[in-house]
Amino acid sequence: MSAAETAVRPASASAAIRGPKFGVVRFPGSNCDQDAYFALKDVLGVPVEYLWHADRALRGVDIVVLPGGFSYGDYLRTGAVARFAPIMEAVVAHAASGRPVIGICNGFQVLCEAHLLPGALVRNAGLKFVCKFVNLRVENARSQFTCAYSEGQVLKIPVAHGEGRYVCDEQTLARLTAGGQILFRYTDPHGLTTSDANPNGSLGGIAGIANEAGNVMGMMPHPERACEKILGSADGRGIFGSLIAAASARA
Amino acid sequence: MSQVKVIVTLKPSLLDAQGRVVRDALHSLGYANVGEVRIGKYLELDVAPAEGADRQAVQAQVEEMCDRLLANPVIENYRCEVVS
Repeated sequence: MSAAETAVRPASASAAIRGPKFGVVRFPGSNCDQDAYFALKDVLGVPVEYLWHADRALRGVDIVVLPGGFSYGDYLRTGAVARFAPIMEAVVAHAASGRPVIGICNGFQVLCEAHLLPGALVRNAGLKFVCKFVNLRVENARSQFTCAYSEGQVLKIPVAHGEGRYVCDEQTLARLTAGGQILFRYTDPHGLTTSDANPNGSLGGIAGIANEAGNVMGMMPHPERACEKILGSADGRGIFGSLIAAASARA
Repeated sequence: MSQVKVIVTLKPSLLDAQGRVVRDALHSLGYANVGEVRIGKYLELDVAPAEGADRQAVQAQVEEMCDRLLANPVIENYRCEVVS
C-alpha cells in the first residue's frame, strides 16, 4: 500500500478491526462487489469478506450485502436467476431471523425477486441507462439503515441502472407509506420530489425501501460509490455507518 | 417429450417503455395507424412427462414453473399451452 493510500484510511482501520462483520455476496456478473468491499474495509474500517453465490453458508457474517451488477447477465429478468443461487437460502434464513440484509441496485432487484421486499423493478421509463449523481431525501431516519441521517436530509449519491423503476400495487404502496418503509425518494437538490428529479419513473420517486420488519433494505442508488469526498460525495457512508452503529447498540 | 409454449407479458397497468419506443419507431416509418405496442417474451420448453402423466399434469408443472421463475406475478401475466 502506498503512502497516499494509507493517508486516506481512517485511524480505526489501522487499529484492530472491530465492528459487525459484513459479507458481500458475489454472483456471476456482480460488478460492484469490490466497491462495496473497499468502502467497508478501507473507508469504514469494519471486517468484511466475500461470500460466493454457490456456497450455502454465510460464514458468521452479521450483515449481508447484495451488491450491484448484472447477476447471471440479467437473463430472464434482473435478479430472477440470482434469487435461486444456493447462497440465497442462507440469505433468506438470515433475513427471517431478523438480521440485516442490504441490497444495492442489482441487489435490490434480487431482494424483490426473492420476495424479501415487495414490488419489482422494471425498465426505466426514460429508456436510458442512467448513470449520474442524484439527490435522495431521507424519508425515515429511524431505521437501522438510516439512523446516521436526519429526516428530510438530502443526500448526493450516484445511480447506474437501466431497470430501476420501482413498481408495486396500490395496497402495497399504502402499506409501505403507512409503515415508514419508504426510506429514500429521488428529489431535487432542495428535497422536492419533481418528475425531473426522478431518474427512472419510479412510483412516488421511490429510491429505497425496507421490509415490514425493518431488517431488509433495497436501494437503487450506490452508497458504496459515495463514501469519500474524492469520489464526489461521502454522503453514502451514513448507510453503512447507520448499520454499524445499530449493530454496536445491539451488541 | 411434450412441447410447451409460454408467453409472458407485462401487466397492462404497467408502462412498457420498450413497446413505446417500438411504436414511435413504427410511426416514424410512416405506420401512423399503429396504436399501442407491448413487448413480451416467448419461451419454448421441451418437457418429459412423468410416466403415465397426462397433458394436464404437464400443464400444471409448467404453470408452477411460471409462478416460481419464468414470470414475476408482481409485474407479469403468462399463458402456457402444451402443444404436443
